[in-house]
Formats: sequence, structure tokens, C-alpha cells
Amino acid sequence: MPLALLKYALGLGERRRHFPAPQPLKKRYDVLVIGAGGHGLACAYHLAKDHAITKVAVLDKGYLGGGNTARNTTIVRANYLTEEGTAFYKESLKLFENLSSELDINTMYSKRGHLTLAHTDAALRTARWRAGVNKHLGVRSEVVGRAELRKLCPQLNLSCEVRFPVLGALYHAPGAIARHDAVAWGYARAAYRRGVDILQNTEVTGVVVEKGRVVGVKTSRGTIAADKVLQAVAGHSSLLANKLGFRLPIRTVPLQACVSQPYQPFLDPIVVSGSLHVYISQSARGEFVMGGATDPCELYNTRSTLEFKEQLMMHILELFPQLAGANLLRQWAGLADMTPDFSPVMGKTPIRNYYIDAGWGTWGFKATPVCGKRMAECIATDTTPALLKPFALSRFENFALVGEKGAASVGH
Amino acid sequence: MKLMPCPVHGERNIAEFVCKGPVLSMPSATHGSPQLWARYLFLAENKAGIIDEWWLHTASGMWFVARRDTTCDEILQTWSIEAYRKERRKKQKTTAQR
Ligand SMILES: Cc1cc2nc3c(=O)[nH]c(=O)nc-3n(C[C@H](O)[C@H](O)[C@H](O)COP(=O)(O)OP(=O)(O)OC[C@H]3O[C@@H](n4cnc5c(N)ncnc54)[C@H](O)[C@@H]3O)c2cc1C
Repeated sequence: MPLALLKYALGLGERRRHFPAPQPLKKRYDVLVIGAGGHGLACAYHLAKDHAITKVAVLDKGYLGGGNTARNTTIVRANYLTEEGTAFYKESLKLFENLSSELDINTMYSKRGHLTLAHTDAALRTARWRAGVNKHLGVRSEVVGRAELRKLCPQLNLSCEVRFPVLGALYHAPGAIARHDAVAWGYARAAYRRGVDILQNTEVTGVVVEKGRVVGVKTSRGTIAADKVLQAVAGHSSLLANKLGFRLPIRTVPLQACVSQPYQPFLDPIVVSGSLHVYISQSARGEFVMGGATDPCELYNTRSTLEFKEQLMMHILELFPQLAGANLLRQWAGLADMTPDFSPVMGKTPIRNYYIDAGWGTWGFKATPVCGKRMAECIATDTTPALLKPFALSRFENFALVGEKGAASVGH
Repeated sequence: MKLMPCPVHGERNIAEFVCKGPVLSMPSATHGSPQLWARYLFLAENKAGIIDEWWLHTASGMWFVARRDTTCDEILQTWSIEAYRKERRKKQKTTAQR
């Protein structure tokens, strides 16, 4: 037994806090970040690290990393359909691979390979299209047939005696999973060590704007002045924007997921079926992590439904009949901020010095590092980095959408 | 099983229905500006509270309107399209008189 653990058990060890104790409110900051999810925390970290802006506070109405960051199923990949999307997520993957040492925390980043199954000719055609775009941009991605699929995932049911037989798949070797909490905590601690304040249980109830320019925020604990403000509140994005008088291309829809009890190692790759609206992976702890499509209508509520489980299990058991006896352990939901083109909204807003990071729907965990880095650049320099330009809020009024549909509708 | 009180078929399993989004007034096809169309198509209010929505009963192809609370998913009332139009006209009149 390590000595530290023994000391701790005997009550002799010092109890180190991972995070600072709650602090009183300060009067003003250079930058305020609304939302202590992965995105907000990563941005605060990069503001401090890359741009030496340390008078920064991250505010959250709940506890840090308790929103979608804590609820996501942690698939990290870069095999998107559009060039804009692929280039963006490719940078994120690169940052993710080095994140454990960057943040000095074990993010349990585990490369598994990511399979997007095709059950129809149309799905195979999309797979070929995606593989083409990916390869062109230097992302490893290829279409595999049934014989290769059998080798990559021998557990998968390739029988033709099912309703939707598998014809092939898009294989993305760098596809990975990671420990979401470690990502949030890692960014929070690294930001805190560089001087960033993290204010939990502090809800932003309004934003103070003077002559079209943000000057502070109103919170449940009082008003704080700020030169610049970033909102990164995922499913609650529209509620803040509506208060500021601008609209977002976002609908808030619950996304549900569940895990089984832990089992022996059984499944290595991450398996996704867009046509069956399901995906599954096995965590390092042995739990099967499963999810599907978003709920059928707008809702600000994280209840779980029987319909979701019925739909999900029907299809999961078609792909992996071996799991018929597995027990479910937990289920939950998060509020996904869905956009019409399945792409995020990042950058400037109609309010000066008020920035937005939203529209992350069902796909934003994998973007946490790149988003933090590039949004910090955007805020520090007040110019939109090239990588973020296609995702500006103004694209909707200009009818210049980034059609990521098909690549992101279920394959988180 | 969640039930939808359909104005024509009565209470049915909600799985028989598809939600088609909030009731909005469409900009004019000839006079609507691009901004108005962008707002209509993409820029949603996404309200947390009570909204009116289009719903479709897939088995019969029948459209109707339901009033739903987006904080708890409770369906408060439903109307056939005709009944909803009538109600809206009545409301417009009373607000105009005020
Ligand atoms: C079930 C599920 C599975 C998913 N699976 C994947 C996946 O496999 N891969 C992937 O890449 N993505 C996935 N996602 C998406 C991903 O979780 C999110 O896009 C991402 O975590 C968003 O991070 P965030 O920091 O923007 O938001 P969040 O983590 O939600 O953080 C936002 C924070 O803002 C706070 N907040 C809200 N309003 C206020 C206010 N007024 N004042 C103060 N604070 C406020 C909230 O409390 C919250 O902590 C999944 C999502 C869900 C729900």
C-alpha cells in the first residue's frame, strides 16, 4: 500500500484540496466566463496560459463540470463530413492526445478505433464521401467491408437474418474515449493555478450592456464588472441570448444515455450506427456506455424515458445479442444545444465584447481543447481565428450553413 | 407510455406522433426579407415555458396544434387546425379592442 494512502487512512496525511474553497465575489475582472463546463474552463486556462490574461473568473450556476460535460459519452473523433468540421476537430484530436501531460492529470485517453456502420447503400455512399474528405485533410479514415469488419470487431453480429444487415463501415482508427470529469477538473485546476477564479453556485441572471457593449454581469450573488464576457452554457444558451435581445439558431433538446454494470473486457472499438440511431463503447471500468438520438422535441428537462431505452435496446441487441442478459446500472440526460446544420456557433455576437461558444449539441466534448484554445485567442485579440470563421453566428443570416448533417446526427 | 390527447383520435401513444416545431407565422414568399426568412427558418426563440407546436399523427397524416410546457413536457391542450385558427382570431380581436 502506498505510504500516502496509509497515512490518509490513519488520518495523518494532509488533505489537499483539488480546488480552492469558495471565494467572495470580486468587483471586476478582465474576462468573465459564464459556464464552468469543459469549454468555459478550457477557455479560461488558455486565456491565462497563452495570453497572460489572468484576471479571469469562471461562473457556474451549479458545480463545475456538472452540465453536459459530466453527462457525455466521451467519444472523440475527427471523421466529419465537411472540410470546415474536419479541420477543426482534427486540431482538437491532436490537443486531446497530449492533454494528460499538458494538464498533469490522467484523462484516460484511450484510442479504440471508431466504426460507423452502414446498413444501406446510401449510408455506404456517405461513408465513402466522409473517407474522401478525411483523407484529403490528413485524417485517417477508410471504408471497410464485411470481411475486415469481422476482424476489427468479431463480437459484432454480421448475420443477414436481422432487419438491417450490416454492409460495411467507415473505420476511423484514431477514434477514442476519455474520462470527461478528468478533462473538466484538469482544466479547472490548471486555470486556478494560473490565477483564474472559479465561482460555483453563482448563476448569471442578466448581462449589463452599455451603448451596445458589455460591461458586466448580474449574478445571484451580486453584480460583477468585466471588460469581456464569454457565454458557454450549452443547453441554456438561448435563455441568456434572449435576455440580451439576440436570437440563436439553437433548440434545446434532451439527449439521453445509459451504462450497464461493469463486465469483463468484451468490446474494444466504439461502434456507431447512424441508421439504427445507437452507439456503444466499453469503458475502462467495463461498463457498456450506450446512447442514441436526441429526444423528439424541445425540452428543458433532464428526465429519462422508457421510450428511449426500448428503442435503444432493440437495436443494440440486434448488433450485440450477447448483451441480452446485461443489467443497466444508470441512465441520465443532458440538454443538447442543437443547431440546424449540426455545427457549432463560435465567436462574436451583436453585443460588443460579448462572445459566444454554443451549438455543441451532441458533439461538443471532443471539441473542448480546440474550442478553449481558439476562443481564448478570439477573446484576447478580438479577431476571429481562421479555424472558427466558418462557424460565426452571422452565417445563418447569410444563408452560409455548414452542413454537417449525416456525420453528427448520432455519431457523437 | 406517454399519451397525446389528439383532437381527432383521442388519447393515443405519443409514439404515433411527430413534433413539427413551434407555430410561427411565415414571412411572405414575395415580400419577406432574407432577415425575416433567416429568423423564421433558423433563429429560434427556444423558450423555456409554454409554447404552441405543430404535431403530426403519422398513421392518419393529420396535423394539429398542441400547447406544451417545455420545462416539464406536460401537454396542456390540443386543437384541430380550424379550432386553433378560430381561437387565434378571437384573441387578435380582443387584443385589438383593448
Ligand atoms: C448524453 C450525452 C452524450 C454526449 N456524448 C458526446 C460524445 O460522445 N462526444 C462528444 O464530443 N460530445 C458528446 N456530447 C456533447 C457534449 O457533452 C457537450 O457538447 C459538451 O460537453 C458541452 O460542453 P460545455 O462546456 O459547452 O457545456 P456544459 O458542460 O453543459 O457546461 C455549461 C455550464 O453552464 C452552466 N450554466 C448554464 N446557465 C448558466 C447561468 N445562467 N449562469 C451560470 N452558469 C450557467 C451549467 O450549469 C453548466 O455547468 C454528449 C452530450 C450528452 C448530453
